[in-house]
Amino acid sequence: MIELEDVAYSYGGGELFSDLSLSLEPGSFHFLTGPSGAGKTTLLKLCYGELTATAGSVRLFGREVREMTRDETALARRRIGVVHQDCQFLDHLPLWENIALPLTVAGRADEAAANLPDLLAWVGLARQADQLPPELSGGERQRAALARAVITSPDVILADEPTGNVDWDMSQRLLTLLIELNRMGKAVLIATHDMALIRAAKPQVQARVLRLKDRKLLTAGADL
Amino acid sequence: MTLAEVFAAVMGDRNADRAVPPSGFTARLTLFTSAAMAFLAVFALALSLATGQLATRWGEELARTSTLRISAPPDQAAAQVAAALRVLETTPGVAQARALSLEERQALIAPYFGPDVPLDALPIPELIEIEETADGYDATGLRARLLAEVPGAVLDDHTRWRAPLVEAAGRLRMLGLLSLALIAAATAAMITLAAQAALAANAQVIRVMRLVGARDSYIAQAFVRRFTLRTLIGAGIGTALGMAAVALLPRAEVAGGFLTGLGFQGLGWLWPLAVPILAAMVAFVATRAAAARALREMR
Repeated sequence: MIELEDVAYSYGGGELFSDLSLSLEPGSFHFLTGPSGAGKTTLLKLCYGELTATAGSVRLFGREVREMTRDETALARRRIGVVHQDCQFLDHLPLWENIALPLTVAGRADEAAANLPDLLAWVGLARQADQLPPELSGGERQRAALARAVITSPDVILADEPTGNVDWDMSQRLLTLLIELNRMGKAVLIATHDMALIRAAKPQVQARVLRLKDRKLLTAGADL
Repeated sequence: MTLAEVFAAVMGDRNADRAVPPSGFTARLTLFTSAAMAFLAVFALALSLATGQLATRWGEELARTSTLRISAPPDQAAAQVAAALRVLETTPGVAQARALSLEERQALIAPYFGPDVPLDALPIPELIEIEETADGYDATGLRARLLAEVPGAVLDDHTRWRAPLVEAAGRLRMLGLLSLALIAAATAAMITLAAQAALAANAQVIRVMRLVGARDSYIAQAFVRRFTLRTLIGAGIGTALGMAAVALLPRAEVAGGFLTGLGFQGLGWLWPLAVPILAAMVAFVATRAAAARALREMR
């Protein structure tokens, strides 16, 4: 579904990484680790077409990103749910409208009424539905971001430090949600530097752990 | 872009509209600009229409009239006028010829001498007013006949001073049209700036919408609809005020000859109603272009 082949990315005259290859297949589960500044967020942005690789090939659902029109990129993004590190909400809209936004922009707003109550209950935000994003805690925002990422039932879920702002219990809960989605056949890629989270996932899911280090993407030890 | 797409873009999507937060500054700027520009456009339109009418009237009326001036000793004046009228009566293309009375001739020169000059003491030439038929007369032939039969007669067919007047009125009309074009361009520029400010202020909103899969046309729609409607409302207010101001202008008989016809007459009052619609079209195109430019810069 998402394939990166011999990808390099440079900015400001420096190369962030090179010769990077990765394939996200249906039902796959990957953790992406690495020190701060290694390029984890950049790699995720390449995966949903927000950035364009300086070399190599990035294909979304069989189409080369460089050759995609803006509309094609938009349509591809509807098949990718992204949990951003900083959540990225529209602060003037209540939580339920933010979560329903991917359906709204896809012209499927009527589906939101059917899906939202269950989804809000699933992420434990039923009571906060009418609150504005700035009124929510960090954990609530993370769960809301996850709910928004999955409301369209995307084929791929990319999560950038989804447990960065939450306590251990909440990070476990979010991990469980992502594992549940993976069991439904979704490809999941989680960028994190939280090794405890990776260890916690071990008994629950068969995942590959990738490490970005020294401008290369490596398999970190034995697969979980 | 089809008419249906334009209609859909203007009617908009309530959800797309909600996604962009209201922005007070650009809303007020757009309303004020469009109202002010529409107000000026109504005056430019009135000027253009009035000068157009003036040019037509001067052109048509003066082209069909001429004057015969007879300077002769007082004892021969009546005989020469009679001879000239006889010549004119038999000239093809002359519809009517009439000798002006002494009172009429004195009234013509009175404004130039003021009330204190005794006009009776002035030697005022005889004047014959000639109205032509639609085909007109042969001025060269008429001059030759007058030279033979009325030696003191000078034929003035107004060509010398009519042409600059008609040209001046025509240029005024062009200036009015140019003003309308400049107003439209200035409106487009102001709305583009306001739209760009709104787009820049909402860069984060646009980014989030792009990331969740919104197409450019969906995002642009919210901005286009908002600016088009604001411009329509603002221009509507400006047009109403402009039409009221034109209606309140001094009437022709009060203001004097030059202002005759300034404003709208009859069905001409319908012309200004096109101003808000045209302004909205300008806003639609300007905002769409600004949104397309801004969105292209975002991945």
